[in-house]
Amino acid sequence: MLTLQYIPYHEFAPLTLDDKLKRVLKSVKLDKIIIIEGRLDAVEESELIKRTMQQIDKKFKGIEIASIDYDFRSLDLLDKVKKNIAHFLLNRKPGLTIVGPATVVKEIRKDPTKIELMTLDKKNR
Amino acid sequence: MKKIGSFFLGFLGVFKKRKNVKLGIYGPPNAGKSTLANKITKDWLGEEMSKASPIPHETREIVVKEKITIKSKGKELTFNLVDTPGIATKIDYEDFLKYKLNAKEARERAKEATKGVIEAIKWLDNMDCVLVVLDSTQNPYSQVNITIIGNLAARNIPVLIVANKTDLRKADIKRVEAAFPQYPTIGISAEKGHNLEVFYDNLFKLMK
Repeated sequence: MLTLQYIPYHEFAPLTLDDKLKRVLKSVKLDKIIIIEGRLDAVEESELIKRTMQQIDKKFKGIEIASIDYDFRSLDLLDKVKKNIAHFLLNRKPGLTIVGPATVVKEIRKDPTKIELMTLDKKNR
Repeated sequence: MKKIGSFFLGFLGVFKKRKNVKLGIYGPPNAGKSTLANKITKDWLGEEMSKASPIPHETREIVVKEKITIKSKGKELTFNLVDTPGIATKIDYEDFLKYKLNAKEARERAKEATKGVIEAIKWLDNMDCVLVVLDSTQNPYSQVNITIIGNLAARNIPVLIVANKTDLRKADIKRVEAAFPQYPTIGISAEKGHNLEVFYDNLFKLMK
């Protein structure tokens, strides 16, 4: 059985980097796929990779991760400005981050605006 | 007085930095980073610097080759070349068993590979310019590629994207270009030596 865990922006964003990484890895090591509202920035992602590498062992093989930005291209100029102002005022990084354990998530296929998550069959884990 | 002192120290720092320019080679495992590093050192020093192999994570430690001077159209460029381990988000020792390594060798390789990834990320702060080597037959939108390039952008490090393996049928340089339009992309085959002259011209532009 797959477990998806959603973490809303207001819960995740105020955490320190260390707490963010602990929160993500704790859930992933319990074989949960987590969906975070908002994007990790590049430095946070590289810290997550470093922390993941430090924790790899016989059971934990690492993570699959993908972030996606909201696609503003289809919006007209006024809507784009409105969205950007709203995100600026709320201090939000628009988008979505998905992180799952490599033993459950085989691959996250991504193009600029779409994410496909492929899981492993239980017998192959 | 202190300000003048720190200005001169800063100036000397820049001068020192420019004398030992570090050109890093980054990318995911098996993109051809070491093959490109070897091609560069073979072309300009007559010797290879790294071991390349089809087994992922062949490079598990940072390898530095100092004072490589390349010449083109009367210009000269000297730098230290830094070949880094491939950056990955997962490492499973069982993947190495497919390459006929025994279990002990595979576990050891996996352990070293995890350390290599950490080292590669730590070394990002030391780089002056970076070649991001991507396998042009693979989807360029992987999070590892985006993370590497995002980190370089955050540090204002000049980047040249090298779409490698253009000799293969599935190569798609346009897709790599479309994924990272903010950076110049050059298609090459490091193994076959295709388009290397254009690559070296771009290297001059990157490091000017």
